[in-house]
Amino acid sequence: MAGQALLSARGLTRDFRGFRAVDGVDLDVAPETVHALVGPNGAGKTTLFNLLTGFLRPTAGRIELAGRDVTGLPPEQVARLGVARSFQITSLFPQLTAQEHVELALQSSSGLGWRFWRSAKLMARYQDRAAELLDMVGLADLAHAPAEALAYGRKRALELAIALALDPKVLLLDEPTAGMGLEDVDRTVELVARVRQGRTVVMVEHNMSVVGRLADTVTVLQAGKVLVEGPYDEVRADERVITAYLGAADAAH
Amino acid sequence: MTSTVDTPAEAGRPAPPSGLLTVGRAPAWVRYALLAVGLVAALWLPNGLYPAVAVDILCWALFAVAVDLLLGFTGLMSFGHAAFWGTSAYVTGLVAIHAGLPFPAAVLAGALTAAALAVPIGYLAVKRTGIYFAMVTLAFAQMVYYVANEWRSVTQGENGLQGVPRSFFGVDLTDDYYFYYAILPIVLLGLAAAWRIVHSPFGRVLVGIRDNPARARALGYPVHRYKLTAFVLSGFIAGLGGGLFAVGHRFVSLDVLHWTTSGKAVIVVVLGGIGTLWGAVLGAALVVRLEDWLSFSGFEAIGLVTGGIFVLVVLLFRRGIWGSAALLAKRWMARRQR
Repeated sequence: MAGQALLSARGLTRDFRGFRAVDGVDLDVAPETVHALVGPNGAGKTTLFNLLTGFLRPTAGRIELAGRDVTGLPPEQVARLGVARSFQITSLFPQLTAQEHVELALQSSSGLGWRFWRSAKLMARYQDRAAELLDMVGLADLAHAPAEALAYGRKRALELAIALALDPKVLLLDEPTAGMGLEDVDRTVELVARVRQGRTVVMVEHNMSVVGRLADTVTVLQAGKVLVEGPYDEVRADERVITAYLGAADAAH
Repeated sequence: MTSTVDTPAEAGRPAPPSGLLTVGRAPAWVRYALLAVGLVAALWLPNGLYPAVAVDILCWALFAVAVDLLLGFTGLMSFGHAAFWGTSAYVTGLVAIHAGLPFPAAVLAGALTAAALAVPIGYLAVKRTGIYFAMVTLAFAQMVYYVANEWRSVTQGENGLQGVPRSFFGVDLTDDYYFYYAILPIVLLGLAAAWRIVHSPFGRVLVGIRDNPARARALGYPVHRYKLTAFVLSGFIAGLGGGLFAVGHRFVSLDVLHWTTSGKAVIVVVLGGIGTLWGAVLGAALVVRLEDWLSFSGFEAIGLVTGGIFVLVVLLFRRGIWGSAALLAKRWMARRQR
């Protein structure tokens, strides 16, 4: 399994001043699948995300991307190797327009960003591809709106567009439907279902119906450890999961 | 719980105020008109002011623009830019005195030395943000100050470097009026360079880093290296100003390295308007003119007046003069369109 996995972790551990947020996690994300990470609050999902993307250094363990050791690399290098992420709390450049966001993302793989002696008009070379990506996530009409003026659901869509602009091997989505109304949740699920074609997606998600509609594999985390891993229906029926998490979540629906 | 622990520290930082990008760009005819007014004002300046004051304004305009490049467009407040201004002033003075080169070559040597000094200082400083960045830059600037103070055989210590020549292929530039016009092209080149940097693909990345460094890293931009590059470019432009200042005064004193010089540069930028470039130039003109007027009228506590104005600006109109004016103009135009 480890040999085929596109992104894998072995014994991944992270401590915060004596508190072990992630505790010896093994993870194998198969190519071209959607892999969901679920678990109650405090289970270590977001910490695991930050470890996989280089925003945190693991206390112990190893991360491999397509067989290459990427443990401890800084976030910008992990991004350059093909791991794009979205943030749980919408994280944009408030004063740039939607199109400028996508252009900035498209530019990052070239050396153009260093050309301090050239005109920013050169970035127009990315406008067609940017328009394509914005159209894909349903933001074509809002290309010239500053990010701070976008509604919440549109900001999340923009996050997805800039992650896609990096043409990533692995797309990591941190709670893509967090805080959304039902309509936006449906739009986001459709969107992820569309962009997953030919891509590998890892997502943290609280909404179990979203997980059920999208995920091929589900890993349940509890207290920083892997509790269960498997296909959605199997995991959903697992006694331990029901006790730890799903029971409460299902009762709430 | 995880979310509070896990969110990268930088992700939630609020964006600093920016005149340029929040206000939006003015229509092309307004920008060309402003440029024309600015050029006419620059050509007229030594006829309306003492030429020596006009020379100081040019030097300080470069210094302020250099600080604004970091403060307004990269989100870094350097409180130690006197290190680059002053180092260049000393190197320029020494090169002009000992090598007898034409003054532009001496100034270029000074600015390149300042840029070289900005590499190690910037390398260590850009690993910190906010007040810690300011403190690291201040600490290095103080080190440079003490080195200059102690290294008397070269810097003449408290006596300063006397008799910096204004040699330029035998042209007599001893009159400040003519010297002003001799340095104006260099200053305009420096300002144009700052404008180009801000409006380049690199400048776009800087603004991204300023507003959300964690996001910029997730896009694959090596944030530290971008900040360092901006810091070195800023050090070079500050050095251009400092070198011209040394030749302008024909004298270099330890004051050029003093922390109050760094502080004055920040005040000038905040007063004029952070993140506007034009505001930095305007702020430099106003502060230099005001200080000259106060000292000429025999007023001793100059710092009290400039400091008081600074406090008023910070409390009442945080966008500074240029930023506030741009906002008013934009509102006025929006109202007229309705």
